[in-house]
Amino acid sequence: MKSLLIAGGRVIDPASKFNAVADVLIVNGKIEAVGQGLDAGEGVPVLDATGAIVAPGFIDMHVHLREPGIEHAETIETGARAAAAGGFTTICCMPNTSPVNDSATVTSYIVQRAREVAVVNVFPIGAITLGSKGEELAAIGSMHEAGIVAISDDGRPVMNARVMRRAMETARALNIPVIDHCEDLNLSAGGDMHEGPESVRLGLRGIPSASEDVMVARDILLAELTGASFHVAHLSTMRSMAMVAFARSRGIRVSCEVTPHHFALTDRELGSYDSNCKMKPPLRRSRDVEAIIEGIRSGAVDAIATDHAPHPGDEKMQEFERCPFGITGLETAIGLTLSELVHPGHISVGRMVELFTTGPRNVLHLNRGTLSPGSPGDVTVFDLNREWTFDVGKSQSKSRNSPFNGRRFKGGPVATVVGGGIVWKIE
Amino acid sequence: MPADTTKSPLAAGLLDIESLERSEIEAILERARFFQPLPNETYRRLDSLRGKTIVNLFFESSTRTRVSFEIAARRLGADTISIAAQGSSVSKGESLVDTLNTLVAMRPNAVVMRHSASGAPHFLAKHLQIPIVNAGDGTHEHPTQGLLDALTILDRRKSLENLRVAIIGDIAHSRVARSDIHLLAKFGAEIVLCGPPSLVPVELAELAPGVHISYYMKEAIRDVDVIMMLRVQLERQHEAPMAASEYFRFFGLQLEHLALARPEVIVMHPGPINRGRELSSDVADSQRSAILNQVENGVAVRMAVLERILA
Repeated sequence: MKSLLIAGGRVIDPASKFNAVADVLIVNGKIEAVGQGLDAGEGVPVLDATGAIVAPGFIDMHVHLREPGIEHAETIETGARAAAAGGFTTICCMPNTSPVNDSATVTSYIVQRAREVAVVNVFPIGAITLGSKGEELAAIGSMHEAGIVAISDDGRPVMNARVMRRAMETARALNIPVIDHCEDLNLSAGGDMHEGPESVRLGLRGIPSASEDVMVARDILLAELTGASFHVAHLSTMRSMAMVAFARSRGIRVSCEVTPHHFALTDRELGSYDSNCKMKPPLRRSRDVEAIIEGIRSGAVDAIATDHAPHPGDEKMQEFERCPFGITGLETAIGLTLSELVHPGHISVGRMVELFTTGPRNVLHLNRGTLSPGSPGDVTVFDLNREWTFDVGKSQSKSRNSPFNGRRFKGGPVATVVGGGIVWKIE
Repeated sequence: MPADTTKSPLAAGLLDIESLERSEIEAILERARFFQPLPNETYRRLDSLRGKTIVNLFFESSTRTRVSFEIAARRLGADTISIAAQGSSVSKGESLVDTLNTLVAMRPNAVVMRHSASGAPHFLAKHLQIPIVNAGDGTHEHPTQGLLDALTILDRRKSLENLRVAIIGDIAHSRVARSDIHLLAKFGAEIVLCGPPSLVPVELAELAPGVHISYYMKEAIRDVDVIMMLRVQLERQHEAPMAASEYFRFFGLQLEHLALARPEVIVMHPGPINRGRELSSDVADSQRSAILNQVENGVAVRMAVLERILA
């Protein structure tokens, strides 16, 4: 169990409404105190955070670690290192591995493997249905005992509303959220990008906004019916944003996350058939981006999550329509949030910290995301002004599928502390 | 007339009409007119591309476009190698990049490619230094078809300025339509797109200035100078297709329709035509039909394009 004094930074802890220049002392892996002029004590290392922001460890509630089964794209070890390099201390991994995480055996494997090799905390998300086939419910109770924090058939949405209803009833009893990748597969079938003027111009098959919206609407109604907590994964459309805000105003237990790429990019980026701009949901139009940013600003959005989806290079080096969906995102999330949301004045740094800490903490009921004494000693240190360029060739991830290679950022992660140990620090 | 000695905007290849300047289109068409055969003559034969090698790589079967490119290259004195995807390593699962890398090792001066995936030539152009001529990519563009259609109109009209054009059929899946629309819009055309609603998405109206949509044939062809019929691309339709009789009844071109258009209306079709499906036989064979001129003009336009890329 490690101890550390993080000295001289601006400490922002939304959970305790603390925002001042102060030190953070971690003793034996737990937050001991936050205050000015704290004494490290003999032999305790000191991390100088002068000029930087010191926040509770950031949580990315939506990543794909590809282990077990797809280790040529990513492993728990490499994904965790990429998370640390991106300023995240906790990540939640989606169940679409091979085999699918639909049983306590797979859940336990991930938990165990993460303990051995991951430099950050890893919480698995279990499948809703066996094999994520959308038919029979997975072993949700057993997976919960083994450590899952939510259920989701991310990437292979549950099309059958009756199955989704049963899943919500089960999740409600266990007090875990149902995270749905909202996509009507009949409406989106064959689509490669957002359906609109750009898809028509490029001659690529479209994925209409309605394919997301009808499922968000369905799931809101099912959440109302069952009383379950329903979380919209990677929300990308104007209408879905409006429906989530409306449902919340009615007291329905609905939350949502958005990805950095959905507020940083639009479908106009696909003009050169760049397969690193191919993901689900697809990059939408600027009016959707505006609605998402407004949702982030107003509080209708709970969390920023990356949907980090590694694919090896050769899979993205093909005809656009044959390339898989998804991009990496762990190492660019803080930079994009600062560049696109904080520096332009859409949100404060405090609101940004909420979106990466208390937001996902509250959705998943995690005992993390705060610096209150006794909490796990997870801390993210980032700065607002350092200019840097993202070089995907130096990424900690095993994969290179990022549309942000070569992008200039202002502000980014400085150090990542997990359980009092520095797991990543800028060179 | 000597070829222009300054570096052509086509030196990097021809991927689409959309990104071409109007002046470049005019230059290609002017050169193509020089290559058109006089009546009772065969095509001119030159040696401006002597010693150059052009690879025709067709990942999708095509007879007329491939042959047209081959003839064009040979008339300019170039050597051509044609590779059809069927039976080659392409159909054995070799990736597009590997296939092209193999070809590059043969050091061709240009690659003419047809591919069923939209953007496939754009993808390769990013990774290869050799000029690529797009001979049709998926449902995106078919730039030399757009150019030969323009040349065909010029055979019967003084200029391309401010034409009224109807394009009828499966616009959503037509690469010919996209190239025609971009090209004619650059010359100020009013373009009406017409076809079954699921094959003519409303977003097409944003493709270029002057584009409108109508779902009624008689409205679409009123007072037009040019009617472009598209082939019903059964292989590209991912939806349940419309019954053939229903299609022809509402979107097939019939002789009585021509009276609604301008008197000298030109009827075009990129071929091969399905008689009784997109247009009736009497229209296909009528004086108004320029379909055979289109085929002829394909060679002249492709000679002009290859020369501007390679000479």
